[in-house]
Amino acid sequence: MSQPFAKLPAWADYGLLPLINLIVAFFVAGLVVMLVGESPIDAAVLMVKGAFGSGDGVGYTLYYATNFIFTGLCVAVAFHCGLFNIGGEGQAYIGGLGVAVVGLGLGNVLPWWITFPLAIIASGLVGALWALIPAWLQAKRGSHVVITTIMFNFIAASIMVYLLVGYLKASGTQAPETRVFGDGGQLPGLGWLLSLIGLNMRSAPLNISFLLALVAAFLVWVLIWRTKLGYEIRTMGYSPKAARYAGIGEVRIIVITMMISGALAGMMALNPIMGAQHRVQLDFVAGAGFVGIAVALMGRSHPAGIVLAAILFGMLYQGGAEIAFDMPNISRDMIVIIQGLVILFAGALEHMFRPTLLRVLQRFARTKRQSTPAVAAEGGQ
Amino acid sequence: MDSFTVVLQVLDSTIRLSVPLLLACLAGLYSERAGIFDIGLEGKMLAGAFAAGAAATYSGSAYAGLLAAVVVSVALGLVHGFASITHRGNQIVSGVAINFIAAGTTVILGQAWFQQGGRTPSLPNAARFNPIDLPGVETLNGIPVIGAIYSELISGHSVLVYLAFLLVPFTWWVLYRTRFGLRLRAVGENPAAVDTAGISVPWLRYRAVICCGLLCGIAGAYLATAQGAGFVKDMTAGKGYIALAALIFAKWRPVHAMFACLLFGFLDAIAIRMQGHPLPLIGEVPVQLMQALPYILTIVLLAGFIGKAIPPKAGGVAYVKER
Repeated sequence: MSQPFAKLPAWADYGLLPLINLIVAFFVAGLVVMLVGESPIDAAVLMVKGAFGSGDGVGYTLYYATNFIFTGLCVAVAFHCGLFNIGGEGQAYIGGLGVAVVGLGLGNVLPWWITFPLAIIASGLVGALWALIPAWLQAKRGSHVVITTIMFNFIAASIMVYLLVGYLKASGTQAPETRVFGDGGQLPGLGWLLSLIGLNMRSAPLNISFLLALVAAFLVWVLIWRTKLGYEIRTMGYSPKAARYAGIGEVRIIVITMMISGALAGMMALNPIMGAQHRVQLDFVAGAGFVGIAVALMGRSHPAGIVLAAILFGMLYQGGAEIAFDMPNISRDMIVIIQGLVILFAGALEHMFRPTLLRVLQRFARTKRQSTPAVAAEGGQ
Repeated sequence: MDSFTVVLQVLDSTIRLSVPLLLACLAGLYSERAGIFDIGLEGKMLAGAFAAGAAATYSGSAYAGLLAAVVVSVALGLVHGFASITHRGNQIVSGVAINFIAAGTTVILGQAWFQQGGRTPSLPNAARFNPIDLPGVETLNGIPVIGAIYSELISGHSVLVYLAFLLVPFTWWVLYRTRFGLRLRAVGENPAAVDTAGISVPWLRYRAVICCGLLCGIAGAYLATAQGAGFVKDMTAGKGYIALAALIFAKWRPVHAMFACLLFGFLDAIAIRMQGHPLPLIGEVPVQLMQALPYILTIVLLAGFIGKAIPPKAGGVAYVKER
């Protein structure tokens, strides 16, 4: 038995099994809610209401989802190459520098539809460069990319604190943040999109980078499944040995994949900075880079799955904030637990239910096979 | 204040700051030497610190806190083992999950139980590990230099500090001089050979994970009931990752781990000391640089520019028995 588990049918592998894992994760989260003396069902109702019950609820949910689509894609692209990029947090944080350069430098001069593409390029480039060193070290020197990207998260945080406290701080203020960008550094909201379905977004910061995130998801799908490069990336992830025999340059693929991954994380900075706050603040990433891990695992590294998982986590973030008003014992940190449980059950324990599910499905198939002739016999009488 | 006193104070805080790193680093050593990568040191330490703070608050005893910390941390270690040994899940994913679960649960439970924004109530001295004076402080105090070094630097720490430093030779002895240690190292390098010898790979790895949880629990208890007086939200603040860096820096060897932790603790102590004090010639060194230095040093090491850090060969790979 060289392969640990037999193969499941595709619908069970990509639909049923992730769903079971997700349900178990939420069930355990429900136990935690009960432990602090609240009703999990009430909490779930409040959460869904808070996230989808109003126009600005939806606006916030999709705003958070935008962040998670970018970071989820970042993790997923690396996963396809067999790499685990934990550095999304740092790559997004440092990507904020690219947005800052464009927003501060050109925000007063150019309109948003010129600064936006420039900011996309700048943030992506900075994020990609931040991923380049770990990638190069992995490819050339064999230093494990997980460890180096963790270290780079901390280094990125130190650099950003240093710059925001020292150089980028607006003159005459104490807060470690840049000045507010000019009009050209502010992205238009998507209120019109929500008003199409009869919702009023009010002050929710949903903006055009949500559409960029969807485009990025589509492009990642094209890249991974419809291009030669994507094929090489997947080959490398599936079997580095086979890739080597096929003449695929290991160094080249690892570096390119990690830079794409870093660029996607870097672009996440557009959403909170240009889309919502219009300035660079301390710790604006706020853990979105790590949520990306859960999102990518839940979405099974497929862009469509990632968009759905990101919206689910957006719902958790927005709904979680709403719950805190009614249930003071449950704060945003509940989401961190759910995130951890999703990573545990959908990631590390993804095989736990596989043998059981396989047995159940096989028994089901057998009884079906046995019962079919019986029915035929009955019909023949 | 003369410079001798300053040096002494910096070294003293070096010891205090390096103890949680050292305990977590040795914890990681047991686990990773057995082939189980552990990113979850941070989470186990954090959960341990919370358990210690909560249990010490309720019972009024630091030892009850220590026990609770160890139990919780070992339980999380077993979750990691269950995922990565029994179910052959990805060890890194499992470790990341444990970090998040610990970060969230400590705050939620802390808020629900104590209503102080995720922290546990401040502990009285009776419920903490207090500094103990080693014998002979009084007699040696008269001698100029040695007396000061002995009373300031060597004596006057809590019992957990001495425990941490005693664990270094103990770990060395376990790893290199016992049958268990030999098998532990073997299972991290070549589990198939261990299996062929008729020794259970999962059970051996589970024991390594339990050792790891035990030490992380002690590290957590040190943070909450010896260094601090109660648990504070996100108390570990990346110490688990620095410990991981120290482990790589030490190339997975116990004595080197101690020196790596002392070095990183020293950097931390210097960073605190130097805030607002410009250095001669260089000028003021930014605190952020000092804080990032352990990570930068580890990356330089990992890159192979100052010797090469080679992890245990079977690290991160689940063992599948040949049939």
